[in-house]
Amino acid sequence: MDSLRRIDPQPLAPAATRRRNGWRRLASPAVFHGWAGRAVPCFAALAGVLAAAGLWVGFAVAPTDHQQGEVYRIIFIHVPAAWMSMFIFLVAAFHAAMGLVFHTRLSALMARALAPTGALFTVIALWTGAVWGKPTWGTWWVWDARLTSELILLFLYLGYLGLVSAIDDPRRADRGGAIVLLAGVVNVPIIYFSVQWWNTLHQGASVSLTAAPAMAHTMLAGMLLMVGACWAYAVAVALARVRCLIVARDSLARRR
Amino acid sequence: MLATAIPIFGRELRTAARRPMDALGALLFFVVVGSVFPLAVGPDAALLAAIGPGVVWVAALLAVMISLHRLFLPDLEDGVLEQLLLSPRPFAGIVGARIAAHWLVSCLPLLAAAPLLGLQFGLTAPAIGVLLLSLLLGTPTLVLLGALGAALTLGLRGNVLLALIVLPMCVPVLIFGSGAVAASQQGLPVEPHLSLLGACLLVAVCLCPWAVGAALRLAVE
Repeated sequence: MDSLRRIDPQPLAPAATRRRNGWRRLASPAVFHGWAGRAVPCFAALAGVLAAAGLWVGFAVAPTDHQQGEVYRIIFIHVPAAWMSMFIFLVAAFHAAMGLVFHTRLSALMARALAPTGALFTVIALWTGAVWGKPTWGTWWVWDARLTSELILLFLYLGYLGLVSAIDDPRRADRGGAIVLLAGVVNVPIIYFSVQWWNTLHQGASVSLTAAPAMAHTMLAGMLLMVGACWAYAVAVALARVRCLIVARDSLARRR
Repeated sequence: MLATAIPIFGRELRTAARRPMDALGALLFFVVVGSVFPLAVGPDAALLAAIGPGVVWVAALLAVMISLHRLFLPDLEDGVLEQLLLSPRPFAGIVGARIAAHWLVSCLPLLAAAPLLGLQFGLTAPAIGVLLLSLLLGTPTLVLLGALGAALTLGLRGNVLLALIVLPMCVPVLIFGSGAVAASQQGLPVEPHLSLLGACLLVAVCLCPWAVGAALRLAVE
């Protein structure tokens, strides 16, 4: 840690410029390492509190669904995980694009730190979906548009993770991984619509931004709390992972 | 752009003519994979006709993946790739010509063999025509996407990674391609599927050569 502190983030910039740059100073791995170290416990605590509240609302307060019974409570884990799996892919691709355009060293590390969490949420969404599908649809798996595109999203995550872990040279791993993520982002809508036209059996979306939600308010509250918990968890884990990556890169550069 | 592309294109065709096994390997793989499926699922004619379009398309996809592994590798090993990167001509044009030549050498034979596989699966003549059209529109997209994977994994150990990266991205082509043949079997219009295949091809032609060029630059540095 001390060795990192000693690296001056912007050795040539005068103090006034450094202050004016404000949050952009966070693009420097050395500054970000310290900031992330302070942020991780806050986000972790937030995730714990929100998850406790969300699970309490979801399992104790929310009413039983009159069609599906108690089984529907999987929604409090399934839907946030599915949202996060797609959202994290977008965020990782955004960081990858920033890294390619602005050559910021931190961006590729952020993309790399986010990807395992995204893959984890994809697995959780698929797993809980299968567990939910068995009692309600009578089958673990159907080849429907949303399930299939979620599965392919998992493959895209695994392809990215496989590539960056196979390349030893950090620069090539960062930029090659960024190209894969951007190609994936261009592909995800095409994949989604192709599988949707191919076959659809899934129920329609019950939460949308334009129409009033077709579920009880307590259910919605529980779900949104869980979404917040997943958000905070993803941020905390990604920041913790990016701190490890920064230290690893730093020691790698030192050895050369 | 054409002044760059034509000599590269010619060079690729000459090298391929001197090593015919490289190109024929994909063709043989395509025919063998297509012929193994009936042995596994049984000789029921109705079942074979139903799975035929999908099997032929999956066989084509795998054959393209097999052939792509060595798309840029010889050039990296003997230093040609570095010389091409030093050239003042637009690199995307060079890459585009290489991919086009590769398609001509390794995918056109697949199209020639596809009717044969179609007959094995009992496809009707119109369905075989649609199969050829869909392969003609779809395989260039597969080669463009595969070239991106080949450039990204160039010089890395193991060629499983290439398939892991590229296969998920090939899903739309696979769906529209086999969908077109299945639609023609059921007497439904095939134009929407073929139009979507053409749209995928246009997007891939616009984006892939640049991405492949960037990935190759990374591989050489």
